Amino acid sequence: MAAPRTLQFDTLSLHAGQRPDPVTGARATPIYFTTSFVFRDADHAAALFNMERGGHVYSRISNPTNAVLEERVAALEGGVGGIATASGQAALHLAIATIAGHGSHIVASRALYGGSHNLLSYTLPRFGIETTFINPRDLNAWKTAIRPNTKLLFGETLGNPGLDVLDISSVAAIAHEARLPLLVDSTFTTPYLLRPFDHGADLIYHSATKFLGGHGVAIGGVLVDGGTFDWEASGKFPELTEPYAGFHGMDFQEESTVAAFLLRARREGLRDFGACMSPATAFQILQGVETLPLRMQRHVENTRKIVDYLGKQTGVESIAYPELPSHPDYQLAKRLLPRGCGAVFSFNLKGDRAAGRRFIEALKIFSHLANVGDARSLVIHPASTTHFRMSDEALVQAGIGPGTIRLSIGLEDADDLIEDLSRGLRAAQKG
Amino acid sequence: MELHVAGEKVYAYAGGKSFDPALPTVVFIHGGEQDHSVWALQSRYLAHHGFGVLALDLPGHGRSGGAPLKRIEDMANWIVAVLDAAGAKSAALIGHSMGSLIALETAARFPQRVSRMALLGTAFPMRVAPELLEATRKNEPAAHDMINVWSHSAYAHYPSNPGPGFWVPGGNLRLMQRQKAGVLHADFAACNNYAAGLERAAQVKCPTLLLLGRRDAMTPARAAQDIAKAIPSAKVVTIEDSGHNLMAEKPDEVLDTLVAFLQVA
Repeated sequence: MAAPRTLQFDTLSLHAGQRPDPVTGARATPIYFTTSFVFRDADHAAALFNMERGGHVYSRISNPTNAVLEERVAALEGGVGGIATASGQAALHLAIATIAGHGSHIVASRALYGGSHNLLSYTLPRFGIETTFINPRDLNAWKTAIRPNTKLLFGETLGNPGLDVLDISSVAAIAHEARLPLLVDSTFTTPYLLRPFDHGADLIYHSATKFLGGHGVAIGGVLVDGGTFDWEASGKFPELTEPYAGFHGMDFQEESTVAAFLLRARREGLRDFGACMSPATAFQILQGVETLPLRMQRHVENTRKIVDYLGKQTGVESIAYPELPSHPDYQLAKRLLPRGCGAVFSFNLKGDRAAGRRFIEALKIFSHLANVGDARSLVIHPASTTHFRMSDEALVQAGIGPGTIRLSIGLEDADDLIEDLSRGLRAAQKG
Repeated sequence: MELHVAGEKVYAYAGGKSFDPALPTVVFIHGGEQDHSVWALQSRYLAHHGFGVLALDLPGHGRSGGAPLKRIEDMANWIVAVLDAAGAKSAALIGHSMGSLIALETAARFPQRVSRMALLGTAFPMRVAPELLEATRKNEPAAHDMINVWSHSAYAHYPSNPGPGFWVPGGNLRLMQRQKAGVLHADFAACNNYAAGLERAAQVKCPTLLLLGRRDAMTPARAAQDIAKAIPSAKVVTIEDSGHNLMAEKPDEVLDTLVAFLQVA
């Protein structure tokens, strides 16, 4: 008997978690626009509430359209399951709130998306959760920042905005030595470019708003459990290993050897915090996931051409893209990201803030807005937008200068994009 | 709950309740390189519907101590020792795959201890394809891929297990990976080497249910025909749209069939 083939990534992108609707025969995933689901009888209702049967009760907790997205992203990541959330920020909050609370501590990369930085730096301390930010390239800093009350290590696969490549296997080893899980924001890379569970990460989340959706039409997030972390052996997570009065005295680790985290996140976090995804959004993001492999190939192909072009321009001072030998993580990227380092990167214009403004205002195809991962190409000036809350000192630490421009390369014709950028560079130099 | 047999810790999930040996006891026995959590929904339901439930981790699996037992016959002896430790005079045994062979062996040799039994995803002989058996010894990742593909009939499961949003093949793969090295080969070799199936089947006295998946590629439904014929008055239920991982692929159908079987006077 020949060894069977496991389905490959492109096939899973289209099929994981969904098959023709058993009632109607619908081939595409239907949008189940319903708040609630009818019980067969009283016993069925009680069994659903007590997790004696699987199934849908109320769309804040689960919905059939959302379930397809959750299972599909989990399949692509190589995880055991997922939870769709109202946004990427909601996914991050759900991950933290499931295993941390008042008196907890997080060790996080300092090269984070501005929104994540806000949450950890300003908002979570109000709820008693503190974060130590460290240079993600400094492995010793990860280690020494861990305290007895640390619950989580957290970084981005590609840091913002300098594209620091997270050395996932090394950071995971540090986390696991301390009996802690590693949470990774995988938004910039998507599972097509990098599967963090394969390298030792334990939890992954995405802002699905970006490349997973891919068309800039819907806000959403997905949190995925790798099923790798042994919460019982860790001994640091009574939330998952001791009876929880808030859900029928359930000991989640006893209930599920591989998905205790996900059970609590759904049964407590979605139920109580309520940051669920609309099924319409799940449908829209699923359309993007179906073409993720094709789009990511094109995103990377275009990005490489533009990085090459910018590297030859005198008006460009530097480019931060890990495929360039000048990038500090060039070797690590070759190992971790052979398919490409994504389609978002920054470069520094020669000149001051005004040069940056002239550059952006001269562009015709690139859209000036606060997003990345759209099918259309996007541009932003971080110092005046995404990172405006950060002090000058913190900006420098995060690798942002006055002339730093961030691009998100879309799916247009690469030569059209290059012509647009050349227009911007000419305008920048005229000052 | 924690029990002890021969000086080793035995873990049994009691379905989210305290185990009461005064209630009718149901013992769930998992398959190769798995643990109690494959029965999460079914075991939890029965525990909340009048049964005393023990969903076991076999020796060397999950949270139970010791090394995996090498022979199905030894595993049957161990089941009886667990019943003794739990204070259960007799029990309904529900076994999946390797667990179904253990249930069969126990019911035949210890008829006074087994009130009825359900065999899920069963076959006899439970021969393991030579390349798979070899892979369990030399290349566990390759073996896991084979098992996971052969165990599932589809890439979408409604309502999924243990609930919506869980990727069933991913959970099954990770559960295998979470077991200790060597467990996989020990289990598959035990299944492959078990020779007494038909002889034991003829000795069975208790009501028996065979619950099979029409699309099972690990233990194909037709491979259960001989044993079904050999067990006196065995009832066969075949779920059309399921593979080997019945409890996860069709959790409601499995539960409903078990409830009906257990409630027959």
